[in-house]
Formats: sequence, C-alpha cells, structure tokens
Amino acid sequence: MRQLHIALAALLLLWAAACTSDEEPLPILGEKVIENGDTIYHTIPDFSFIDQDSQIVTNETFKDKIYVADFFFVSCPTICPKVSKQMLRIYKHFENDDRVALLAHTIDPKHDTIPRLKQYAQKLGVRSDKWHFVTGDKDAIYEIADDYFSIAIEDPDAPGGFDHSGKIILVDANRHVRSFADGTDPASVDRLIQDMEKLLRMEYSDRQATAK
Amino acid sequence: MQHVRRHTIIVLLFLFAGWWAALNSGCGAPSYKQGENLYRTYCANCHMEDGSGLAQLIPPLASSDWLRDNQDTLPCIIYHGMSGPIIVNGIEFDGQMPSNKQLTPVLINNIINYINHAWGNDFGQADIRHTEAALEKCR
Repeated sequence: MRQLHIALAALLLLWAAACTSDEEPLPILGEKVIENGDTIYHTIPDFSFIDQDSQIVTNETFKDKIYVADFFFVSCPTICPKVSKQMLRIYKHFENDDRVALLAHTIDPKHDTIPRLKQYAQKLGVRSDKWHFVTGDKDAIYEIADDYFSIAIEDPDAPGGFDHSGKIILVDANRHVRSFADGTDPASVDRLIQDMEKLLRMEYSDRQATAK
Repeated sequence: MQHVRRHTIIVLLFLFAGWWAALNSGCGAPSYKQGENLYRTYCANCHMEDGSGLAQLIPPLASSDWLRDNQDTLPCIIYHGMSGPIIVNGIEFDGQMPSNKQLTPVLINNIINYINHAWGNDFGQADIRHTEAALEKCR
C-alpha cells in the first residue's frame, strides 16, 4: 500500500513537471495518411529551382536546416512588400544562425529574371546563401505553392496580374510543415518567430547555432 | 481637517498629471482620420503603416527629407505614380510607384495632410487649392 502511494506521488510529480515545462512540440501540419500502421505526414516534394546567384536550389540546399518559404513577385503592387518586410525581420532575427534559411519563390518568372531577383535581394541587403530568391518553371512553382498551403494563380483581374496569399510557411529538416504566419501581420510573424525558436530548441539543439 | 486638505492636494496633483499627459499625447490635435484610412488602403502596402518603406526598395515617408523638400510635386506623384531614381535620406531608390487615378483632389489632399503629420513628421498643412492647381497641370 505504502509503495503504491509513493508510486502515485512520483507519477503526479512527473505529470506536474511535464505540464509546467509547456514544451509541447510543434504539430506536423497537413493531411496524414496511415499506411500499414505507419503515419505518413504531408511532405514537401522534390523541387529544383534557380536562385539569384544562378545556383540550383533543391531540398538538399536545406538539409539539416529549417526554412521559411513565401511566394511573391518583384513588381507586386499589393501585399508583397509587407510580406518581404516581415521575411526581412525573420532574416535579421536569425541572421547568425546557420540552421535557418529563407526561400522566396517568384510567381512571375517571365519578368523576374535572375538579374532582377539579384537586384531585389541586394536592395534588401541580404546574403544569398541564407535567403534564396528562386525562379524556375512556372507550373512547378504554382504546383509547389499547393504543398506549402499557399495560393499562386495568374489572374489578369488581380492587381499586378497575379493572385496569391501572403503566407509565410515554416518547414523542418524532414520537409514537414510545422507552422505558418500571415506575412502581412507583424503579430502573426512574432508568433512564427517564437515557433521557429521552439523548433530549434526542441529538435535542433544539438546542431551548430553559430554562423560560418 | 489637515488630513482632508492633504487628500485634496493629492487628488489635484493626479488630475494635473492626467491633464499634462493628455496634452503631451497630442490629444485635441487634428488626427487626419480620413487621410489615415486612405493611406492604409492605397499606400501602406508599400510604404508600410509606420511609413518606414522597405530597405533600399521602397523609400520611407517617415522623417523623409525628400518628402519634406518636394511638397509641390506630391499631388501629381500620388495621382500618376513615379519612376526614376531619387535620393531619400542619402539612399538611392529607383523603383516604380503605381498610379492612383481613382483618387479625387480632396482625397489626395487628405493623404498629403496625413503623411505630413504622421510618425513625427511636421511638414505643414496641404492646401486644397494648391493641390487642385497642381493636379490641373499634370492631368
């Protein structure tokens, strides 16, 4: 009887400790499929684009890293500058943390040539090995937008000719989507930055945090 | 009696402090509410709600020497948009600003009054007659 009491007390203590640490891992977002008893989570598929330095950017570029992705175009008259401003906040927050990268896809590959993307990145004042501005096959970009739960549609009636969502999506090293923010809302991006810190703390603390 | 008087003094001190705080927070100053709403709709996507612009891509309006020194050109810039290089606070910008041809002179005037007084700017009152005259020349 006494032993049972001690065991119960120990369990209670453990439970209390687990509750107060508040470190619930970030969920894995998207549909999951159960196959042969294994849970298969939504995964960002293989991709290959070209960035502002004419470097090929693939999933391998983000190996062992977490990254945030968005969709934009240079001549965008609507929400893009606001989203870029928030991406820049994320960039600055994690500037010296090599575990974090950024990936901006143009949805106007016809006009947003590599030199144009390069100029955009330079005027933002960001490093191209950390923040990749990519272009590529238009259909491939529009298709992968779905996988990032984002919208990218060519629409002559939309301002600037494209309709798109201003989401910023957080992807982990296993290509799973872990969080997202409304890139036009600084408070939403505050929460995303907290989620990124939490993800790094809980799942990447053994990896190097300092820049090269 | 002494006690009551002390309380009265404390209450008066608090009232004075409140009045002083209200005075300093710009209470009672014109707020250019319509201009602010128009700014949020037509300008803030690029120039940002706090007027800070975006790095070297989009020029700031807050504490902008260019805005201060080019008041006469503002009506037509808002109406027609703008391109070509300008130097703002020592930084060169060479982007493309879209036109806003749906805006009437009164609305444009309200926007100018808002940006002239927001974010610590103090660039003076825009006169609707000047705004109309300026637009007459570029329309």
